Amino acid sequence: MAMLPAEFAGLEPFAPAWCLASEPERLAKRMSSTMTEMQAFYDAIVPRAEEAIAHLDTFSLDALPAEEEHLLHLVYSMIQVSFPVECWRQPNVPDTGSATFDCVVEPVP
Amino acid sequence: MPRFPKPPEGSWTEHYPELGTAPVSYEDSTSAEFYERERRAVFKRVWLNVGRVEQVPRVGSYFTKQLDVLNTSLIIVRDRDDRIRAFHNVCRHRGNRLVYVDDPRGETSGSCRQFACKYHGWRYGLDGSLAFVQQEDEFFDLDKTQAGLVPAHCDVWAGFIFINVAPEPEQSLREFLGPMITNLEGYPFERMTSRFAYRTSIRSNWKIFMDAFQEFYHAPIVHAGQSPEAYAKAAREAGFEAPHYRIEGPHRLVSTAGIRFWELPDEMVKPMEPITRGGLFGPWDAAELGELPVGVNPAKCDPWGLDSFQLFPNFTILIWSQGWYLTYHYWPTSHHTHVFEGNVYFMPPRSPRQRIAQEMSAVTFKEFALQDANTLQATQLGIESGYVDTFYLSDQEILCRHLHHEVAKWVEQYESSAVGVR
Repeated sequence: MAMLPAEFAGLEPFAPAWCLASEPERLAKRMSSTMTEMQAFYDAIVPRAEEAIAHLDTFSLDALPAEEEHLLHLVYSMIQVSFPVECWRQPNVPDTGSATFDCVVEPVP
Repeated sequence: MPRFPKPPEGSWTEHYPELGTAPVSYEDSTSAEFYERERRAVFKRVWLNVGRVEQVPRVGSYFTKQLDVLNTSLIIVRDRDDRIRAFHNVCRHRGNRLVYVDDPRGETSGSCRQFACKYHGWRYGLDGSLAFVQQEDEFFDLDKTQAGLVPAHCDVWAGFIFINVAPEPEQSLREFLGPMITNLEGYPFERMTSRFAYRTSIRSNWKIFMDAFQEFYHAPIVHAGQSPEAYAKAAREAGFEAPHYRIEGPHRLVSTAGIRFWELPDEMVKPMEPITRGGLFGPWDAAELGELPVGVNPAKCDPWGLDSFQLFPNFTILIWSQGWYLTYHYWPTSHHTHVFEGNVYFMPPRSPRQRIAQEMSAVTFKEFALQDANTLQATQLGIESGYVDTFYLSDQEILCRHLHHEVAKWVEQYESSAVGVR
């Protein structure tokens, strides 16, 4: 059962793990993933990112079909993993061992 | 040679001579005894922001706010006259916490026609009046008109809800805010309803975190890793200077210069920024807000990055040139702990692309805030050790100096006027 729009079938292997609707879920997935896993996801989605955003932009934000909503969540996860991949070389922000900052409200979708 | 002109006295700090330039003590941030004095002299006398009107959109909408520093929980509610009111969250019968879900110390929100006590079923109207007493004829001389919820003073400015638990506030909210803040009226806060809210407990005094966010001298160091090396190196070598500082009454402002990230070469920005067209300064495509009120960027900095308004004692409104804003609240829970709340507000996105730029901006904000939050806990440990008792503040840290100075002033004034009064 495909989760994403057909044009993005190549990203299906990442969809079950990374199509996550909320920031706390995406953060938890980031913290429990290895750098190898996140790098693979990042390398797969970044070349398709502009295409994905342009595709989403042909829809209205408050009337996204399920597949497009999944794709939007996948883009949010791309943003989430970009920090470990581009900056930190580890899942968590360095030198923040005892700090947390919980997202308690976020816009939907 | 400064990049931006300083006042004729030679520095921002000397422009406000009452601040002095000497090293400072942080005993006000390590002493349990001082914290008790601060609670009485500052927090129990001052106007405190507890939220925004959008959190109580309709008659009967309410939220509760747990305020350890005041030793209370408040119910904020929109009553039948569309007036926003605040009540201590205590049933008049036997003192039970009136509105809560599961955890009596937790916060909640919702909508109702009356507040009913979970203990014996007493009910209160949205105006706080006692509406129903279970088995009323069993009570002795109970005058229901005298047994309503105990109110706290509550007023609204620019959609921000403020409370004051003093028996009679010494100033109206408007007088307290003063022109530097009220000149922000007309900024479209009420249209920026796309909100991300974050919350955490921090093992530091509340003022130590305020200090972290009222100077940017730290930014090229603490946050160096957030940028590609080419940018981090340039930022470190340039250092940080703000083009404008202003202190007015108990409140203070820093304006910073803008950076046009979208004009920088690729090696100066993270790859995700051009992909999403968002980052620390916000969406790269600025929101169209029309003409801004005179209070925004009052020194007309150009290029302009942000205004960080520090409202005494514990509330920050930070307005970005890209057309969005943040608020910070620092709620003390003891002399060396506090709850930090950060809110990020954008215009409702009109397209998925705009929403994605906002997501990138919000996530970036959080990554930065985590670095700051951890640093604070390290600072608190350092100042609490007691082996070092004075600390050095630069001209770029003038606002830190002012906060501690202002708190000390409130405590001194209160205690000298309250001699013999308990």
